[in-house]
Amino acid sequence: MKAFLIKLSLIKFSLGWRWLLIGLCLVIGLVLIGLCVGSAGFETGLVDPRIVWEIRLPRTLGAWAAGALLGLAGALAQGLFRNPLADPYLLGSASGASLGVALALAAVGVRQAHFWFHLGLTGAAFVGALSAVWLTLVLSRGVAQTLRLLLSGVVVGVVLGAATQGVLWVAPESLQTLQAFILGSTAFVGWSAVWMMLGVGLPCIAVAVLLSKFLDGLSLGDDTAMSLGLRVVPLRWTLLAVLALCTATAVSQTGLIAFVGLAAPHLVRALVKTTHRLGLVLSSLAGGILLLAADILARGLIAPQELPVGILTAVLGGLYLLWLMHQGAMRLETGS
Amino acid sequence: MVTQVKGHWLGAGLLCLSWWLPGVAMAVALSVTDDRGEILSFERAPQRIVSLLPSLTETVCALGECQRLVGVDRYSNFPAVVQRLPKLGGGMDPSIEAVVALRPDVVLMARSASGVDQLINLGVKVLVLEPKTEADLKRVWLTLGQLLQVNNAPGVWQSMEADVAAVANAMPASAKGQRVYFEVSPGPYAASEASFMGQNLARLGFKNIVPAQWGPFPKLNPEFVVRANPDLILVGEGSAEALRQRPGWSTLRALREQRVCVFTPAQADVLVRPSPRRAEAARLILDCWARLERPPS
Repeated sequence: MKAFLIKLSLIKFSLGWRWLLIGLCLVIGLVLIGLCVGSAGFETGLVDPRIVWEIRLPRTLGAWAAGALLGLAGALAQGLFRNPLADPYLLGSASGASLGVALALAAVGVRQAHFWFHLGLTGAAFVGALSAVWLTLVLSRGVAQTLRLLLSGVVVGVVLGAATQGVLWVAPESLQTLQAFILGSTAFVGWSAVWMMLGVGLPCIAVAVLLSKFLDGLSLGDDTAMSLGLRVVPLRWTLLAVLALCTATAVSQTGLIAFVGLAAPHLVRALVKTTHRLGLVLSSLAGGILLLAADILARGLIAPQELPVGILTAVLGGLYLLWLMHQGAMRLETGS
Repeated sequence: MVTQVKGHWLGAGLLCLSWWLPGVAMAVALSVTDDRGEILSFERAPQRIVSLLPSLTETVCALGECQRLVGVDRYSNFPAVVQRLPKLGGGMDPSIEAVVALRPDVVLMARSASGVDQLINLGVKVLVLEPKTEADLKRVWLTLGQLLQVNNAPGVWQSMEADVAAVANAMPASAKGQRVYFEVSPGPYAASEASFMGQNLARLGFKNIVPAQWGPFPKLNPEFVVRANPDLILVGEGSAEALRQRPGWSTLRALREQRVCVFTPAQADVLVRPSPRRAEAARLILDCWARLERPPS
């Protein structure tokens, strides 16, 4: 029996790694496609290398990195709150980040593409995201009650969203810039944004993976986690900070892009049952794939015009979640 | 009244006749058709007008009837006198109460505005007009000229046309066929040939890199602009600085050679708003072109 269990866990383990490999291949494939899709739609012929190097490659990598950050944030949120509905948006962190960016833009004015400007925006978004998560946690009096937590998150999200609209109303000259931001866009992602996202994302994923044992423990409940000798409070705050940083970095570079953070961990769970260590990596991989695919479609479908990428992720992610719900209902009905 | 008429058969006869002879009577009903196809009738030219669209505000004033305006939307900012009028919200969020309280004879609104039905239910006459192109602008001009009973509105239109034509004629030959990109907002959204300012640019001899069939303000892949490599870029002050920083844009010829016309918000209003200030809009572009063509001293 014991041997069987070990064998079983080995199979699952290797299944997870297999998906990791498949995911990586998908990323490479999508990046290659991304390099071929531009204002003329899909083209395989020779394109000016500067266009590929300065526009398509950073945009492609940037879309992937932003999606990976959102996927990681979503997986962290769902693990931290033991709730499959937790998502950077439902916890208010995305609306907090956007309020931070809105305030920064209203204060600074013009949107520039300097590295320092990106850093400043990321900082503002991070402060906003962390404050929003903190506010949600205060309102819900901790994470013990899921319903209270989600309701607080929704309330904080709505109130901060309204505050963002208020900033727009007070400083209408930043309306155009902010509107592009609220719709979510990967159109102007350049190398500075890519470096920013990779620079934040890689340490974040390293910290998350290092602390993944804690999430495994947490999935058995706070008490069990404590009895396992895990220091629940500081570890939880560390991971919350990582979550907020991931969300803030993605939001400050690409605006509000919905559903990636929610759908990516679900996609992973539907494919493979694994520990948090691999789950977090797979979720960020899946988030990146989702957003990159949406970005390629946004560029290619009606080229040289563009669809707002946020609309595509909402449609793709929303349809996928609906399908998942439908599948779940079917499974319940058939009793399997 | 009845006995008076009975006592003056001749007067009554003349009165009856006057109803049959339009132009003779003092109180001819005035009717105009708006963009919804609704026919609105007025006993006399409206004296108290509310305008909830900046281009309509400008048109009323350009017809010389600015003094009839009693309230405008918050975006109406030209001519300067309208800034002293009560602000009644925006076209999408008008303050219905404030509009009704002004007891206007007519409210001028855009087709896309909200509150049209509410105002009509409250007994307010609403004339829906939305100028988007040069042809629309002419139609709106003539409709409002008729409604306000402005003498010679068609004649004034002709002279404005002549002004635009004069600016177009003054345009140096070097501008002919130059490929131009007009960015209206950093999506990037461009003004195509189908837009009002696109039509104005075409009139001046420029070639728009964004064709009409993509709609008036398409959202473009920024790569399209880089590959089209326009000869001239027109952009608002707000986004001018950021153009060069966009990925790949520093290679654009127009940016390298500083062939960029940057407009202040007030100038952008003149260019973008389908208003009678067309000649001024054309002159703005002419002046910018002249500045760019002048050899550096």
